[in-house]
Amino acid sequence: MATFSNETTFLLGRLNWDAIPKEPIVLGTFVVVAMGGVALLAALTRYRLWGWLWREWFTSVDHKKIGIMYIILALVMFLRGFADAIMMRLQQVWAFGGSEGYLNSHHYDQIFTAHGVIMIFFVAMPFVTGLMNYIVPLQIGARDVSFPFLNNFSFWMTVGGAIITMASLFVGEFAQTGWLAFPPLSGIGYSPWVGVDYYIWGLQVAGVGTTLSGINLLVTILKMRAPGMTMMRMPVFTWTAFCTNILIVASFPVLTMTLILLTLDRYVGTNFFTNDLGGNPMMYINLIWIWGHPEVYILILPLFGVFSEITATFSGKRLFGYSSMVYATVCITVLSYLVWLHHFFTMGSGASVNSFFGITTMIISIPTGAKLFNWLFTIYRGRVRFELPMMWTLAFMLTFVIGGMTGVLLAVPPADFVLHNSLFLVAHFHNVIIGGVLFGCFAAVNYWWPKAFGFKLDVFWGKVSFWFWVIGFWFAFMPLYILGLMGVTRRLRVFDDPDLRIWFAIAALGAVLIAVGILAMFVQFGVSIMRRNRPGYRDPTGDPWDGRTLEWATSSPPPAYNFAFNPISHGLDTWWEMKQQGATRPTSGFMPIHMPKSTGTGVILAALATVCGLAMVWYIWWLAGLSFLGIIAVSIAHTFNYDRDYYIPVPEIEATEDARTRQLAQGV
Amino acid sequence: MTQKRKFAGLPWLALAFPLAACKAEVLAPAGDVAARQRDLLVTSTLLMLLIIVPVMILTVIFALRYRARNRRADYQPDWDHSTKLEFVIWAAPLLIIITLGALTWVGTHLLDPYRPLDRITSGQPVASDTRPLQVQVVAMDWKWLFIYPEQGIASINEMAVPVDRPVEFTLTSTSVMNAFYIPAMAGMIYAMPGMETKLNGVFNRPGEYKGIASHYSGQGFSGMHFKALASDEAGFDAWVARARAGGGTLDRPRYLELEAPSENVPPMSFADVDPQLFQRVVNMCVEPGKICMAEMMALDAQGGTGLAGTMNVQRLTYDKDQRRGTRAPVLGWEPFQIASFCTPEDSARMFGKSPELTRTTVNMTPLRGHALTPPKGLFTPSQDNAVTLLDPTRGQAQKF
Amino acid sequence: MSHVVTDTTTDNLGRYWELKPHHHPEGASTSLGFWVYLMSDCLMFAVLFAVYGVLGTSFAAGPGPKDLFDLGLVAVNTGMLLLSSITFGFAMLAMFAGRQGATLRWLGVTLVFGLCFLGIELYEFQHMIHLGAGPQRSGFLSAFFTLVGTHGLHVTFGSIWLITLMVQIARRGLGPENQRRMICLSMFWHFLDVIWIGVFTFVYLLGMI
Repeated sequence: MATFSNETTFLLGRLNWDAIPKEPIVLGTFVVVAMGGVALLAALTRYRLWGWLWREWFTSVDHKKIGIMYIILALVMFLRGFADAIMMRLQQVWAFGGSEGYLNSHHYDQIFTAHGVIMIFFVAMPFVTGLMNYIVPLQIGARDVSFPFLNNFSFWMTVGGAIITMASLFVGEFAQTGWLAFPPLSGIGYSPWVGVDYYIWGLQVAGVGTTLSGINLLVTILKMRAPGMTMMRMPVFTWTAFCTNILIVASFPVLTMTLILLTLDRYVGTNFFTNDLGGNPMMYINLIWIWGHPEVYILILPLFGVFSEITATFSGKRLFGYSSMVYATVCITVLSYLVWLHHFFTMGSGASVNSFFGITTMIISIPTGAKLFNWLFTIYRGRVRFELPMMWTLAFMLTFVIGGMTGVLLAVPPADFVLHNSLFLVAHFHNVIIGGVLFGCFAAVNYWWPKAFGFKLDVFWGKVSFWFWVIGFWFAFMPLYILGLMGVTRRLRVFDDPDLRIWFAIAALGAVLIAVGILAMFVQFGVSIMRRNRPGYRDPTGDPWDGRTLEWATSSPPPAYNFAFNPISHGLDTWWEMKQQGATRPTSGFMPIHMPKSTGTGVILAALATVCGLAMVWYIWWLAGLSFLGIIAVSIAHTFNYDRDYYIPVPEIEATEDARTRQLAQGV
Repeated sequence: MTQKRKFAGLPWLALAFPLAACKAEVLAPAGDVAARQRDLLVTSTLLMLLIIVPVMILTVIFALRYRARNRRADYQPDWDHSTKLEFVIWAAPLLIIITLGALTWVGTHLLDPYRPLDRITSGQPVASDTRPLQVQVVAMDWKWLFIYPEQGIASINEMAVPVDRPVEFTLTSTSVMNAFYIPAMAGMIYAMPGMETKLNGVFNRPGEYKGIASHYSGQGFSGMHFKALASDEAGFDAWVARARAGGGTLDRPRYLELEAPSENVPPMSFADVDPQLFQRVVNMCVEPGKICMAEMMALDAQGGTGLAGTMNVQRLTYDKDQRRGTRAPVLGWEPFQIASFCTPEDSARMFGKSPELTRTTVNMTPLRGHALTPPKGLFTPSQDNAVTLLDPTRGQAQKF
Repeated sequence: MSHVVTDTTTDNLGRYWELKPHHHPEGASTSLGFWVYLMSDCLMFAVLFAVYGVLGTSFAAGPGPKDLFDLGLVAVNTGMLLLSSITFGFAMLAMFAGRQGATLRWLGVTLVFGLCFLGIELYEFQHMIHLGAGPQRSGFLSAFFTLVGTHGLHVTFGSIWLITLMVQIARRGLGPENQRRMICLSMFWHFLDVIWIGVFTFVYLLGMI
């Protein structure tokens, strides 16, 4: 099918006219995206927003703005990933009774690969990173992260990775290997064209950003905590963020190196993961899962923190068992490195190895179970307000236990021998990722939106979205559990057995319900933005939910410097204690605040890295070399800039704080 | 076991059957191994439901009872610790996991796919003189090749076995990873190029079952399935006789033709098959002149072949553009293969080693399965994945 | 919703707000951050060592370590790198003593040793490739070239950084920023030494046994 050529020219490498896909579906998508893009660019130009965007957002080193940009990236990529999901659902209902469906294998195989890659690397990861970026410094009473420039650079590297991945849709192809690109299939012999190269370079560029942002947040939490905030006084979300960033720093280098080795196999012809000449493909599978399993906890741990904050806030009660929650988090962090082999019990490792990894996997469910009980007993003897964040949390608790149970089931090797690679497995990980990570992200958005923008989200549309999402989820994935028990495996494009069709139809219906839920969510955002100044929406207090942690101690949205004076912590739930003790807010005696300056270097470096990645994909050596030299030159030039910070003058702080004082007075 | 199986299976089946009719092959398999895997699945589920169901019920009850509007409910905003409760919180899941862990340890060893079967079905042990039926399986692009070394026949995308006779599958692959899965029989196992895996299973009920490739392997993956026929001995013999009567010879040149990618291949059979073919596939030396992995590993064990070893490479030019797997990396060398040092007589001797020499005897005690063979050196691969050099029909080799 | 009282009674103001802000020393987190980065880099090398452990005896019926390594040359090379670490130590001592000229001179010596190391390593690689034992020949050679080459690449970037820092010290003296950078670079340089000791033992010495 694919008419590709690896003949290269000097100027364009292996890029030529034939590399542009001309399938009607792709072409249609391209036209829509191109028109949307042109309209957006035109609007930005028309309203003269470029300068504003560049100054206030793109080059900003403010952790709050970077956090918001991460989440916007995640939402945009989520639409792409979900479009892939809908296409798969449609194909699997369609392709019965001798029909080939509407997607050929070249197209379909790209779609399921892209769906996985995008949802994990460019939706879940940026979402989680964005939340941590926004919330962690506020929760620990800091004014920014430890390395603000690095933060900006990390974000743009993530964007660069997303751009490389998206480019594959319109020029060339994406990988057709599944989201972890196992060799030998992803080797040059079996994936000769650009697909896997897009995959590699997209992930490498984004991976640099993720690792750096992990280092950054880790050091921030260690070094920037407010006076008095010992480790055991940190809010639970900060604790989970801390463990997550340890996991990032200790696992992403493995991914980076594994992908480098795959790159060498593909470009230079080394023999790491080849069949012949001493290579060992099983090594790749081990290495990628040594990264891959901690990655699962990188995604879910911060959301466990989110649920802890939300449960305590909306139950109006201290979190039950704070220290056991912390120990549970640390246990999960350590254990997540001891379970990777459960992803391939069926490789034939032998019974003792398999049972070892099976049992370590089950052990993880003990701290996870303890967490669940802690939330349960936080609700117990509380006063539960069923606001949107709390609704998502309850939906999570009821959904996630099922996913957890099927997860432990898959950790029993003999059961895994019949369920591995089946739709049961697909249902399981969607159950934990949607029911855990995504529900958590939505809970977090509803919870912290007022903090970020100064007004609450619309409740009606929020509930519409909630119910469509939750019901849609059950419709979409319960049939997959059943199909898995019928012995149906994943990544299949056409089916023979007509009895399976009804289940795929139900799953497709679920996907449609979820689509409505997504639509309702965007309507919710739109409606809330339009009504932002109405009384029910506006948040003049900075503390709309009667919160407990320090982010609620400042205004909504917080000023650039977060806190005019550093807060001092004397225990858990510092803000709650302040409110209990009737603590006052200082309104005079301000001093200049030391802040980092915005810089465009991060954008430039990431843009060069993106160009370099794309040039490597297409074998345009001169461009790759040039952009790589550019990266080094710009980095060196950046180190000659010694003028990186400034002081916010006292009058400016006074003006901001006085405005807040007036606002608080009116709000009461 | 029978008692427990009936007891454990019923509630689950009662739940699933109305939903999935009789199609839920994983829950209602036709082979003893899959049935025991199903039992473990059901038992584990029930064990976990012991804790999941109360948690779900408590979540709903607590959420309703302690809703903000219910002012009669107890409200203790500073209550955040109870040693007794926390003890229960950690102990309850721990107890379940200890139980489940014990079940897992025993179950994993008992149902290790490498472990020869010790029973046909519950209450019917394997007779001591029964040798399992040998079936060699090769995952190709994108079809399944079955070689019956004892019968000397081969088939594509269709396999047959007699019911109530243990079957030992020996698997490998030609190009990329795959997984061999007959849901009704015995779970799945990977088939990997240059490596050999094993799966032991048995069918207890005659019928035609589906067999699938369950690990994504590229373009033709969806169409890569086969028919698994289980019949009585007579039926099996008839199937073998049909294959013999159908003619066709599967030798090395024919195999190389077959290796080219093809999709949705209809079943076919070969009356005659090179008895060394499977060993050559595992050793990746079906191609003329190419070194076998076993020979390569033997040379490597002696420290390689010295600087002379840089000379024994052969350019692969004959069909490099047609075949999958041999595209030149843009900055690397042209594809090449290592030449064999062995004479045909050497190879015959290499493949002619007695199977008993290379196989460890199996310890049948339940807790210590086949997998506990200790590794020999720091980086020596364990026995399970090493290349086995067996030749059940050495005499026949002279024909080819 | 409860709210903060905004009156200015100052009874517990100082209890919850740091009214006299303590001064955060400039770049206090940099060393820790760089240390964490080095640990993540260390993990990349850990992967390469593990890969070498797996593939180190897969010669694909080709040459093995005994046929290719020249232990004498590698010993000289190791000496170069170890000496460069010592001279970097002297540069640090000179820096703490506030002697800019001496710092620059010692950095220069370090750079020379670093470049000698790279030169010898490149010669070794070129020699092996010339013999037909390039990274494509076998799993062993792939792992060898990648492990040793990645270390060499780090030394290369370290040298570029070293030159940059020398220019910066020459232009701006030994200010706090440049001192901070010196500390980071010295950690980096010594880290590469530690890695090399691993390479020398694990790859070269064990390979020759």
